[in-house]
Amino acid sequence: MNVILCLAAIVIKELYRRKDFYVLFVITAVITLMMGSVSFFHEANIVRYVKDICLLLIWISSLVIAIVTTARQIPAERESRTIFPLLAKPVTRGQVVVGKFAGCWLACGLALVVFYLFFGLVSAAKEGHLPLGQYLQAFWLHWATLAVVISMALLGSLVFSAPSANATICFTAVVAIFILGGYLHKLAALQPPLIALLLLLLYFLIPHLEWFYTLRERLVFDHSLIGWDDCLLATAYLAAYAAAFLFAAWLVFRRKTLTT
Amino acid sequence: MSAEATKVTTEPGLSVPAAPSAVIRIQGLVVEYPARGFGQSATVAVKDLNLDIYQGEVFGFLGPNGAGKTSTMQVLLGFQPPTRGAAYIYGVDVREPIARQRIGYLPELTYYYKFLTAEELLRFYGRIFRLPRAQLESRITAVLKLVELEPVRKRLIKTYSKGMQQRIGLAQALINHPDLLILDEPTSGLDPPGRMQVRELIHRLKTEGRTVLFSSHELGEVETVCDRIAIINRGELVTVGRVADLVRQYQMDLERVFLKLIGYQPQPQP
Repeated sequence: MNVILCLAAIVIKELYRRKDFYVLFVITAVITLMMGSVSFFHEANIVRYVKDICLLLIWISSLVIAIVTTARQIPAERESRTIFPLLAKPVTRGQVVVGKFAGCWLACGLALVVFYLFFGLVSAAKEGHLPLGQYLQAFWLHWATLAVVISMALLGSLVFSAPSANATICFTAVVAIFILGGYLHKLAALQPPLIALLLLLLYFLIPHLEWFYTLRERLVFDHSLIGWDDCLLATAYLAAYAAAFLFAAWLVFRRKTLTT
Repeated sequence: MSAEATKVTTEPGLSVPAAPSAVIRIQGLVVEYPARGFGQSATVAVKDLNLDIYQGEVFGFLGPNGAGKTSTMQVLLGFQPPTRGAAYIYGVDVREPIARQRIGYLPELTYYYKFLTAEELLRFYGRIFRLPRAQLESRITAVLKLVELEPVRKRLIKTYSKGMQQRIGLAQALINHPDLLILDEPTSGLDPPGRMQVRELIHRLKTEGRTVLFSSHELGEVETVCDRIAIINRGELVTVGRVADLVRQYQMDLERVFLKLIGYQPQPQP
């Protein structure tokens, strides 16, 4: 555990000492702040629309930060050859994978806290109330969704040689899941048997991240809380996918020959 | 595992096993790299290597480029698994991460996190070795003083000169007070005072009863600091023995002994 925390701390330290991380972070925070504070003719529908756009922006930024940060972790270690002094210490490759995951996930969590804090405070200032439970659930399940995306990008970073290729493929896959993931079973019903079977398999195999994106509607329309047991079940669903991707990443990494 | 294998001590810097047990034992080591293209055969980098390195000796591991030194070291450091055979450090199979608990490793070129300061880097590696916090802070100060980087301990590594970066490499190799130091071309690129510093360090480690495995092309230096050497060529062990015995046996300096044993033929003058 100590080794994993050390590795995670290094990831976070690197992120806050790199300037490029701040650019997206600051842009999202400023846009959220500006859009959130504008009130168009006190028209409720327009206000809700602006809130929806702000939350969409937060989702996109968090996905970009998660994928771009994670995709270069292990390739950068290999390219700068810092992996060799590290693996010459009593560190397993499994610990490296989990440590990198933990670092990226915690860093994304910190960014997400700030995004939701901005959004929540601005909304509360305008609307006069802050539905804390909804915000907590939305934040938690958003962060848990990022755990799946981060573990997917980590696996990709061990399969694809270039971080840019990995980031592009991961981002495309995640966007495809968000847009098409919920319709695959409906599409299967319209196809010939073999294609239908493949689409159904795909439907049951992929992590349905799009389910969690709909949580933003609870903040936009001030819907009530979802049950905490459902929230726990959703967390377990996402944790299972994250664990499966991390396990696959470990399987790939442990077989890799690293030559100095 | 060998009968001579010693019990592992998980706490760094503690008991040094009694001589003459092998600190490093390599048994029938074969390292093969798979064929890269269609119709090509696998490359055999190391062929059935058997070697024992004992407690307290400075051991030179020599060979021309492509001889199999790096592949052997990569197996010892766990960067790649052996194709066949086995290697043990303090009786522990090198595939086990705990085998590296008592090792310090200095790579040929310096590769460290440039966004960290010297003390942050050493703290990171020290925590990986699970050094207790109080001991770690004093150890960081001690190794930084040893490599003369104490005054710049709070500066980012990316601002260091090449020589300073190599010295931070030496510091990280010593942070866990290793019983076995593996040095890969430790003096390449160093200026004369830097080389002298490395030599002095090796002597100091030797007097403390620690073991040093040392790969180098600088044969004059090897002759000065090593007790025993092994010469490897085309993946096969050519000879292993005491430097003084080899020099006496062949009646020539180590460089000529080395060239003779690897079958070097001087090019005819045009």
